[in-house]
Amino acid sequence: MRYAIQQAGESRSFPTGDAFLANAVAPEAAEVMIHLGTPLRADDARAAILLELGEECLGVHTGETLGGEGSNILGFCRYRNGADTPSDLVEIVRQKATPETAIAAARAVFESAGLQVAICDDQAGRIIDRLVRPKYNAALRFLDEGLATQQDMDLTCRLGLGYRDGPIERVVRGGLAEHYDISKALFEIYGSQGYAPARRATVAARRRGPASNA
Amino acid sequence: MTGTIRTVGVCGAGGTMGAGIAIVAARAGYRTISFDRSAEALARARKQTEAFFAKSVERQKLSAEERDVILASMQSSTELADLGACDLVIEAVFEALSVKQELLGDLDTICPPQTIFASNTSTLSITEIASGCKRPDKVVGMHFCLPAQLMKLIEMSPGILTSDETMQAAWDFTERCGQIPVKTQDKPGFILNALLVPFNNDAIRAVEAGVASPADIDRAIKAGLGYRMGPLELIDLIGLDTQVRLSEAFYPITLDQRAAAPPLLRRMTSAGLLGRKAGRGFFTYDGNAMFGA
Repeated sequence: MRYAIQQAGESRSFPTGDAFLANAVAPEAAEVMIHLGTPLRADDARAAILLELGEECLGVHTGETLGGEGSNILGFCRYRNGADTPSDLVEIVRQKATPETAIAAARAVFESAGLQVAICDDQAGRIIDRLVRPKYNAALRFLDEGLATQQDMDLTCRLGLGYRDGPIERVVRGGLAEHYDISKALFEIYGSQGYAPARRATVAARRRGPASNA
Repeated sequence: MTGTIRTVGVCGAGGTMGAGIAIVAARAGYRTISFDRSAEALARARKQTEAFFAKSVERQKLSAEERDVILASMQSSTELADLGACDLVIEAVFEALSVKQELLGDLDTICPPQTIFASNTSTLSITEIASGCKRPDKVVGMHFCLPAQLMKLIEMSPGILTSDETMQAAWDFTERCGQIPVKTQDKPGFILNALLVPFNNDAIRAVEAGVASPADIDRAIKAGLGYRMGPLELIDLIGLDTQVRLSEAFYPITLDQRAAAPPLLRRMTSAGLLGRKAGRGFFTYDGNAMFGA
């Protein structure tokens, strides 16, 4: 599946120098158009239009029709913890009525680049943030409550669960203030206590500086 | 005062966890007495232990002579009274408070006053377990990970009345066994299960909410976070009924919504979709086909 890229600014999914960028073809030769920071333009002639998302839902860009939304436009985000190298995971975001042909085209683009694909509904936090943010909040709360030291909690998860890194070292590396932003956004949508930003994340956000909204 | 530990008793040693703990202690040079009410279970565990040490010899981690010494230091018994000579008794019996309290109460009458009792509980309060005996200062949490003979981590938790000497002696024992102890408070799930049980429930709720298929959720977690297993694959492995039991152990104490068993988990359990042991849970296991893939 040949793809073209329209880009404005640095992409979090595909930073400068990423081989994925180099393998793009000219727009007239591409079945799929990928937008990295450029405004969405509908094009029914394409197999798929792929829009790089931040934390927002795809519906913010396409509009929604109470369950009837869906076209050849899909969202995507390559998972990346803070400034870490992007992972191999691409979350592809579909809407309720997105055609299977468009999903297959999106999948083909990323899988042919050696990436792994997870298809998810257009829900806040997609898969990873929806699942890990409450865990990070819990770990930070446990630290406050004296359950164990940070080093012991991280060591326990590495040794006991085989994690590459522990939850606290990971969330700190990704940025506590950024964790606050994501958790707060998820808390506003879901209202579940697990998404309420942990105290240490709130402190980090408030110390971020005068430009902060925290 | 707490004396030197020379002889270690393991209760529930006919089970996988208990047998593994006995291996850990014996391998470190302790005389070990494996206790279980079931002679069949003890015999099975003995065979597994011999097979484990045979592999250790094959892999040149032990000499044949060392293996023979270790196996000779391991006794088995179906009589609790045989634990009377132990300096440390580690219990790995059924995860029910009344069962563990009763066991410690019985051991209280059998073992000398200086004997330390350690509990391998993963969910129950050490302080509550210790209330079953008259030496709560000599009771400590010592949670091994499965398989105990391979996993280095041990969560060590003092109860409210555990003495510093008891904690130190138990800690030293784990280190002499070549394990890596971490200290946690006596709170539900300690570190591992306090983080894992709600996380696994969240993954089930994501399936229920239509966020993604089980296969996509697991793929995302493995590829994105580098976990060895996805949460739904892991729940299938430990058993959906076990996940319900864990949730029911935590939620009434913590009132953490994430710890409450999700409705989908209960429905699947009622339908007999218990995971790998039933051939089907979030995935199916006949012919390696994955349900939801």
